[in-house]
Amino acid sequence: MTPLLVAAGALAGAPLRLLAVRLAGRSGRDPAAATLGVNVAGAAVLGVLLGLHDVPAGVLALVGTGLCGTLTTFSGFGADVVRLVEERTVVRAVGYVAATLVAGLAAAAAGYLLARWGAR
Amino acid sequence: MAYLLAALGGALGALARWGVAEALPRPGGGWPWATLLVNLSGCLLMGVLLGVLAARDPEPAWARPFLAVGVLGGYTTYSAFAVEVVDLTGAGAVAGALGYVLVSVAGGVLAVAAGIRAVRR
Repeated sequence: MTPLLVAAGALAGAPLRLLAVRLAGRSGRDPAAATLGVNVAGAAVLGVLLGLHDVPAGVLALVGTGLCGTLTTFSGFGADVVRLVEERTVVRAVGYVAATLVAGLAAAAAGYLLARWGAR
Repeated sequence: MAYLLAALGGALGALARWGVAEALPRPGGGWPWATLLVNLSGCLLMGVLLGVLAARDPEPAWARPFLAVGVLGGYTTYSAFAVEVVDLTGAGAVAGALGYVLVSVAGGVLAVAAGIRAVRR
């Protein structure tokens, strides 16, 4: 049952990430902006999920491992950094890494703490 | 069509990630081996794929949405990495959390570059 739920959540996660990349491209932004957006959003949602008490294992598999796990990406992040460096926009690459770490980790922590606080 | 390919690839990638996590369970507060393994191996494979695609002109239309966005994008994950860093920090393992961030980010970026380099020329 668990793998089915993981796959079901993933079916939505990857197309949502593709949509974000396409929307970024259409508005003239670098695709890395889309990767940053989905990574921060997914980290926040997973933080909330893990901060809540008594979340059923099925919901964790569907929304956590499936949806958030697949909406967010590490290989896309790595590929963005390498591309920005190859395009000789090293300052952008460094800024992108910093934004991903600061915003993503803060989002995960905020989601977790808010859910903890709300679930009391 | 691209969205369908991404969905399908994403499901395959997520199942592979779930399989690795099942094989390498993380005891409370332990080092996140499973996430580190999928993220580094996924980055290396992403580099190989990008290197192969760069040599193809035109590249097959299905390859990027299915393999890059779907399979490898879904196999690797940022959200688990982020909550594990928060978890390690919260458990007082600040040096461990810093090490995990450093190994993941530097290792991931270097793995993509190494993958591209390996198939180029």
